Amino acid sequence: MTATDIRPTTDGLLTASKTPIKRSYGQYIRWLLLFLGGIAMVMPIAWMISTSLKWPHEVYNLKLIPDEPTIENYTYVLEDGRFYGWFLNSIVIAMVTTISNILFDSLVGYTLCKFKFPGRYIIFIAILSTLMIPTEMLVIPWYIMSQTFGWLDSYWGIMFPGLMTAFGTFLMKQFFETVPDDFLEAARIDGLNELQIWWTVAMPLVKPALAALAIFVFLGNWTAFIWPLIVTNSPEMYTVPVGLSSFGDEADVAWELIMTGAAISTIPTLIVFIVFQRFIIRGVVMAGLKG
Amino acid sequence: MPFRNSLTIRQKHILWAWSFLALPVLFYVVIRFYPTGNAIVLSFQNWNLLSDRTWAGAENYIKLWNDEVFWKVFKNTFVYLLLGTPFSLVISFFIAFHLDRVRFMHGFIRMMYFLPFMTSAVAMAWVWRWFYQPVPVGIFNNILATFGIPQINFLNSTTNALPSVLAPAVWAGLGFQVIIFMAGLRAIPTSYYEAARIDGVSGFTILTQITIPLLKPTIIFITVFSSIGFLRIFDHVFNMTTNNPGGPLNATKPLVLMIYDTAFNGFDMGYAAAQTVVLFTVLLCVSLLQLYLLRDR
Repeated sequence: MTATDIRPTTDGLLTASKTPIKRSYGQYIRWLLLFLGGIAMVMPIAWMISTSLKWPHEVYNLKLIPDEPTIENYTYVLEDGRFYGWFLNSIVIAMVTTISNILFDSLVGYTLCKFKFPGRYIIFIAILSTLMIPTEMLVIPWYIMSQTFGWLDSYWGIMFPGLMTAFGTFLMKQFFETVPDDFLEAARIDGLNELQIWWTVAMPLVKPALAALAIFVFLGNWTAFIWPLIVTNSPEMYTVPVGLSSFGDEADVAWELIMTGAAISTIPTLIVFIVFQRFIIRGVVMAGLKG
Repeated sequence: MPFRNSLTIRQKHILWAWSFLALPVLFYVVIRFYPTGNAIVLSFQNWNLLSDRTWAGAENYIKLWNDEVFWKVFKNTFVYLLLGTPFSLVISFFIAFHLDRVRFMHGFIRMMYFLPFMTSAVAMAWVWRWFYQPVPVGIFNNILATFGIPQINFLNSTTNALPSVLAPAVWAGLGFQVIIFMAGLRAIPTSYYEAARIDGVSGFTILTQITIPLLKPTIIFITVFSSIGFLRIFDHVFNMTTNNPGGPLNATKPLVLMIYDTAFNGFDMGYAAAQTVVLFTVLLCVSLLQLYLLRDR
């Protein structure tokens, strides 16, 4: 038996352990401590939301539940208008990047998995090796490239580096391994061409992986900071994180407004998480272990 | 179509494969490989974006070697790594180990630990920055004041600022690590534990002799994953110290922030590129170490 034989698994991850548990005082204490730890973990998020619902004069009292809750801060921040624009920018960029990754990462993963052709191994290694290149190394050449081609301060400029990812490609390649070749062969005999086979036969069989990939890419682009910060100049082109950063800087003392901006940027992803919780956690493990 | 019919099935297959790959290959060459080469070439040049690029030989690297700020930043980057990784590893293992043995409200408790992972680093950096403010604004100092404990200067102190900036980064990553650890714990066959129990082995021995050795692949994965994350820390530092990025006195400045500053505030592109090559080398070593540790024996 070697230690490396045992790899983490998603089997039964979403339910508690099956090993027998004794009912004892120790067990109650264990539960209580874990529960308190969990409360501590969500406190920053709870405080952020609570403060965004407070009047300025209430901000400095430490009550978690505001005495007189108000949506005044939200009205103020949204009437300011800039957050709408940043929100829209972030949504467009995250959506387009997600669609692009879903299409191209799966197409490349599928081709590397199901086709035998000269150069396959080289392409595989080449794409794999890009996982080793940190974004921070590429931002300077990307900036120069954007400047040369006039991509600065545009949606395309923000999006182009993330249109395909090696991580997504390998995640999809792993999942296409589970699609039986017989299915593809049967479709070939039925006269479908390779593009149709990929789209109508193979893709529906890896839907869970596609959904996991979509969530990661969307979340990654929604929270991306350094590249949008570099490539945008005019406030209208900011994404939510870049906008929030500049907003926080100028509203340095109005913490209730900063918390409102932070809440506006966080609440969408929290809702997505609470709705798709089981699914996302399974996806995290699949991606963490297979990607 | 005579041309199409003249191809064998195998040739058609190859043609399909390459037509699927044409655009992605172009993308990886232009957006990944060319810029990598470009960054390396640029690190041997001087360029301020306006004038012509001139060859500088190893000048940028020599300048880096003699730059006190660089060594300070290099040290900071490793302090982030050496504080952040062990802390988050131990805490997340502890949580996962116990959460695995809890059934009542299991899903809800797991959700509470995972929720911070879904937040944006920028938003949470601002929330934590607010927590760290002196009285009457910041929560931490208010709590200290309530118990009559002296105030702590979190973000404006050269000694406290770095751990203060690191805390939200550890906090945000814990949930991910807990989930991966739990997946690792689940993969250990229960028969091992049963055998140990029959032999009357103590809980501590089970932990050190069975659980931890069998978790080795998981531990290595999490260590490398979080190490790379801490070596690339930027969002938290930038947003918690916007009035003086990386301050006070460069006490919190990590390598990525220095790269950003050199390139986009100082427009010393060659010098910044040399710094990215250093970052790349460090990350490459960490990744190769993972491959070495996980190699099949």
